[in-house]
Amino acid sequence: MSLDTSRFIAEHVDALKPSGIRRFFDLASTMDNVISLGVGEPDFVTPWNVIEASYHSLEQGYTAYTANAGLMELRELISDYLKTTYSVTYRPADQVIVTVGASQAIDIALRAVLNPGDEVIIVEPCFVAYASAVSLAGGVPVSVGTKAGNGFKLQPEELENALTSKTKAIILCNPNNPTGTMLNREELLPIAELVEKHDLLVLSDEIYAELSYEADYVSFSSLPNMQDRTILISGFSKSFAMTGWRLGYAAGPAELIQAMTKIHQYTIMCAPTMAQYGAVEALRSGSASVEHMRKSYRQRRNFVTSAFEEMGLETNRPGGAFYIFPSIKETGMSSEAFAEALLIEEKVAVVPGSVFGESGEGYIRCSYATSMKQLTEAMKRIKRFVEKHNA
Amino acid sequence: MDKKEIEILELLEKNGRMDVHMIARMVELSVDEVEAAIHKFEEMQIVHGYSTLIDWTEVRGHEGVTAMIDVKVTPIRGKGFDDVAERIYRFPEVKAVYLMSGAYDLSVSVEGKTMSQVARFVSEKLSTLDTVISTTTHFILKKYKHDGIIFGEDDNNDRRMPVSP
Repeated sequence: MSLDTSRFIAEHVDALKPSGIRRFFDLASTMDNVISLGVGEPDFVTPWNVIEASYHSLEQGYTAYTANAGLMELRELISDYLKTTYSVTYRPADQVIVTVGASQAIDIALRAVLNPGDEVIIVEPCFVAYASAVSLAGGVPVSVGTKAGNGFKLQPEELENALTSKTKAIILCNPNNPTGTMLNREELLPIAELVEKHDLLVLSDEIYAELSYEADYVSFSSLPNMQDRTILISGFSKSFAMTGWRLGYAAGPAELIQAMTKIHQYTIMCAPTMAQYGAVEALRSGSASVEHMRKSYRQRRNFVTSAFEEMGLETNRPGGAFYIFPSIKETGMSSEAFAEALLIEEKVAVVPGSVFGESGEGYIRCSYATSMKQLTEAMKRIKRFVEKHNA
Repeated sequence: MDKKEIEILELLEKNGRMDVHMIARMVELSVDEVEAAIHKFEEMQIVHGYSTLIDWTEVRGHEGVTAMIDVKVTPIRGKGFDDVAERIYRFPEVKAVYLMSGAYDLSVSVEGKTMSQVARFVSEKLSTLDTVISTTTHFILKKYKHDGIIFGEDDNNDRRMPVSP
């Protein structure tokens, strides 16, 4: 008899639901010639100058640890970048930390602030990791669903209804994965008022901020009185096409960043050194390559939005990120059934909206971070699929 | 020229075969507006044509050779380099002519079927022009990248996993 090793697993880990994306990944990866709109990362390769700078750092023998909070040079560049781009000021010495992707920044931010039982508001549909990250940090995730009728924008009254005496923080992702929704200043201000009124902290996930296509991006931290209540989280993955480098950062009040650095120092030491040197180059040189990618995403967004409208699938017009979240309610299928049938019948992989929270049911997430050639073919196939199943 | 017109030009520069319907969707204009813009570009000679980038080295029997020739010339009074350049660029085997700063005056790109064909052009046509002082011919051994396109790069090099958060 082999040992039942599962009994060693901690109960709170055992209780975590595996990500719904996983199942689709397993299914899609067994099939050939699949066009995938299921990918949550850029189709561009990291800009060459960034790759080259990282090579160079390795050649020069920069292979040791860096300071726990990251290279000072990189923190200074992040601080400059946040100042020039979003008009928010952070001291490189104690208000910025370089992390292993924005994901780790979310993790250590939650662990640094949550006491057991503290509630954290999660605005759904959202990135699949938030709720689990809250649970793992001992907190209690509380979902607030947004509605397509409001363009998936968080309504202040919906937020206020979900607040209790135990609410400690809100995780806001703007622009949003999976809906592509972007909140502008006017839409953020009433949320900021509630945050102040109820003495809350905001974990502002701004990883897609560079990919906004309409209005200028407003960082939550730049709103009146919000800098002391915001941990701004971002990184290099989406804007510089550096997902595999695993490099993100957080900026916030010194006490909080120092608390996060404590966890970081004991669990990670520091973010990978060669990735940090790549990021230094990215920030020094970056805006041209970011601009090129943003333009390309915007064109693809325009294309897919009109393609879905033409198919008769109701859809929001995404303001940022590289996702579109059309409704498939017309077909009468659940989003999971739709995604599975689409994959099997037409070999197009999309992610069922239900994976991102209950309010995502009836929608699918399509990433347009894919070549125009692939997108054109994918839209053709989805159209054929929808026509067949609507009939 | 407005932002969307620039965008149309950029799209066409990358792919001259891109369908107007597609362009219209990508820049959020009507098909008529895109057609009118393209017509305008042609009229204004901003768009000079829609050629195709072919890697002839992949076509057996048509590989050909290309040479870049540095040409020093005596400019003609009152006409500068333009007349000399014209006498050179009128030859059909000449694919490009640029006036350069630096050690020589004209950079001439010539294509031929064989090296000797190009050599003949240089010795018989180019060097014999009155105004040409000297020529230096460089044959291209391999084209890695041409007009922003990397030759031989795999189109299906997406290394991402099919589904990710």
